[in-house]
Amino acid sequence: MNASSVNAKTAEPVVKPAVPGMDSWDWETSEKAIADLVEMRERFPEVHEFSVSPDGERIAVPVKTEDGQYTICVNGEPWEQAFEKAWYIRFSPDGRLTALVRADDAWTVAVEGEPWEERFEYIWNTIFSADGGTIAAQTKRDMQYSVVVNGASWTNSYVSCRGIAVSPGGEKVAAIVQPVPLKEADIFGFMDGTWTIAVNDKQWDRNFINVYEPAFNSDGRHLAAEVRLGTCEYTIVKDGRPWQQTFGCIWEPLFRPEGGSVLVPARVGKSWVLVEDGHRLWSGEYDQLWRQKISPDGSRIAAVAAPIFGKWTIAVDDVAWEKTYSDCVLEPFFSPDSKRVAAIVKEDNRWTIAVNGEPWTETFEMVWNPAFSPDSKIVIAKVERGGRFSIAINGRLWRKNFQMLWEPVFSPDGGKILVRGVEDGKYIRRIVEIVELL
Amino acid sequence: MVKDPGLDETIKKLTPQQIEKTINQVLKGEGARMKAYLTTCVHCGLCSEACHTFLSRDRDPNFSPVGKVKNTLWEMVKRKGKVDAEFIKNAARIVYTECGVCRRCSMYCPFGIDIAYMLLVVRRMLNLLNVVPAYLQDTTNSHAATMNQMWVQQDEWIDTLQWQEEEAQMEMAKARIPLDKEGAEVMYSVIAPEPKILAQLLSYMSQIMTVAGVDWTMPATDGWDNSNMAMYSGDFETMARVERLHYDTALRLKVKKIVMGECGHAFRGGAYDGPKWLSWRFPPVPLIHAIEWYYELLTTGRIKIIKKFKEPVTVQDPCNTVRGKGLHHQLRYIMNEMCEDFRDVDPRFEHNYCCMAGGGTINCGPPWTKSRAVSNRVKAEQLKATGAKYVVTPCHNCHSGIEQIISFYKLGMHTKFIADILIESIEKPQHLLA
Repeated sequence: MNASSVNAKTAEPVVKPAVPGMDSWDWETSEKAIADLVEMRERFPEVHEFSVSPDGERIAVPVKTEDGQYTICVNGEPWEQAFEKAWYIRFSPDGRLTALVRADDAWTVAVEGEPWEERFEYIWNTIFSADGGTIAAQTKRDMQYSVVVNGASWTNSYVSCRGIAVSPGGEKVAAIVQPVPLKEADIFGFMDGTWTIAVNDKQWDRNFINVYEPAFNSDGRHLAAEVRLGTCEYTIVKDGRPWQQTFGCIWEPLFRPEGGSVLVPARVGKSWVLVEDGHRLWSGEYDQLWRQKISPDGSRIAAVAAPIFGKWTIAVDDVAWEKTYSDCVLEPFFSPDSKRVAAIVKEDNRWTIAVNGEPWTETFEMVWNPAFSPDSKIVIAKVERGGRFSIAINGRLWRKNFQMLWEPVFSPDGGKILVRGVEDGKYIRRIVEIVELL
Repeated sequence: MVKDPGLDETIKKLTPQQIEKTINQVLKGEGARMKAYLTTCVHCGLCSEACHTFLSRDRDPNFSPVGKVKNTLWEMVKRKGKVDAEFIKNAARIVYTECGVCRRCSMYCPFGIDIAYMLLVVRRMLNLLNVVPAYLQDTTNSHAATMNQMWVQQDEWIDTLQWQEEEAQMEMAKARIPLDKEGAEVMYSVIAPEPKILAQLLSYMSQIMTVAGVDWTMPATDGWDNSNMAMYSGDFETMARVERLHYDTALRLKVKKIVMGECGHAFRGGAYDGPKWLSWRFPPVPLIHAIEWYYELLTTGRIKIIKKFKEPVTVQDPCNTVRGKGLHHQLRYIMNEMCEDFRDVDPRFEHNYCCMAGGGTINCGPPWTKSRAVSNRVKAEQLKATGAKYVVTPCHNCHSGIEQIISFYKLGMHTKFIADILIESIEKPQHLLA
């Protein structure tokens, strides 16, 4: 959540707001009762799953109306238009509310209650650029698959389309597409390659057996993806050109922020190693390695690793944390100053957070992603215990708990936390001083 | 001779050097376990009595487990990989279509040698040589391209769930299939035949979850399919990718556990083979089979039987949930709870005969249907002896395979899933009905 860069003159980290526009959020009002969820459940025959805006000011939910149609209810007020179906509500990073809706048997995206003019046989998987400016989704029309970006469809369509990626700035949208039809059980045609990538409505000129996990670099100029060249032969393709080196298996590619090189975990023999642009970067060999991340200053790399079979931890710059976990370890998160790494860990079906290799002593039934304070000193996470939700801060559980809770957000100065929770059936937005949680 | 382009055409491209190199490369990677098995086996043949293929094919030694190893792996080892393309084709016929890797033979081996594992090693070699029965390879290709077994498009998956939710609501007004609900207690996952050809099972589960008051969800993304035929074709990289996505989806949704539908091989893929390849000693999110789930719901009173199934019914013990995890007593509890006239099979429990559809055999497709049925005459005789009209098969492979055996031997029976009977038998409270 905490994005940052380095000031070239001072070499000090410059902390950017974790979420676009958060500087202008209301960080002063300590409590706002936004909506009565009990009343909403009494008013509508069906009330589905709630979603809360990044700034906490709005709570939205698909509801069924008395006439058997669906709409989206925001802070208790339904959108004017009702639909045959409405679901998959998502707030964009810049706070716009989107939903997938069906009217007159045709689907589209509705943004803040206004459906896009283009209609589709089906639409799904709404995703956003990091700044929220671009909204994209996958579409089907006349049994052909394509992509729609900010309401405008690509002109090209495909036999299939199975995943999209949006560049951080939203300038480009990529999709894994199948341009070549395949007859039933045509195993030979399949091995000739029927999949490729299309970027901004233009497909690459080479097909592959399979394509997975497309990823843009930070300025959207480059795209990398996993590709399969043979039965058990994998590599990375960057901007349409495969690496010369191939591997037994690979996982998701990641661009370095500077320089445009690509990092990827690759299987060599029966071990996993970290590779950069086809060449071995780390000397360590792991029983498993994935979810690599680069620190905000670009100097460090962390990844989920199993140094030996069944023992999971985080490796930072090829050095695994001493303590390992038998169940699983999830993706690493760097602190804004790049010096600390936090990750969700699980042992004996109990969840907690480990920071720089040290697990919190408190464990939980579930833990959400850790977030660092802007000064990197504090780690918070939404946690679940006894069917109630709360916030853990540096490993200690806050005394207050909630029926529902969304992940807490640090204020830009790090002195406060935005708490978005449901108490006694009411959704309440709170601004809480850090000292109250400590 | 059965014609199969996956074997007939692919062997034409093989070179002796390629065969030798691939065999020796795989053997070298197997290490001590394989060596121990190869040196321990005394060729006693006691495993033969365990194998439905051997018993069904007039006790022909070539169809015994030890015979299958002798005609494939042992020869490869003995000849140091110097075997020809015809040998490879015959090996493919044996290991893909005459063995369901059910592991019954291991129980009869005095040394407990995992013969199925040895035949899976041969499958790995054949996968690397691209010699795989065409339909099984196509299923694996589907896994690789779509992350599900039956080329189900992403929109078809979501659309089917929404359709089945509406179907469930025709019966039970409050029924839902919550999609992509973060933090639900349970993620329910299925194999692709459910949305593709047996969509009513999704409606049934929606109703059962509603009656039981379960906080559940199903993913709106790839990762919903828990099946894994790549595990059986020998494409372990695709197997791993599918399993990883299945668990990554559960981890993304923050569910406490995964309940999976009535499938056996998928249970094996999710509980054992997939996690091991990925370095998880156990599934990173607890995974339970439908048998365990129904047992839990019944024994805790969350669902109640009020109308027992009256027709005579028997049951199949799927190898991967019964021999693999010992769920036979829970299965019998469910059968006795919901059926008035349950007639058990003999042999039963972990000694029950394989359905001869698992292990990827039924996915070898129509060319091999007759051969497969011939290889399981003993299953037909066993089922006929019960006098039952229905066979409950809590596994999709058992379900389809046994239905074919019933048809081939004209047994006059039919297969059902547990859910087929359960949905008719449980109490549906008035306030939930449409």
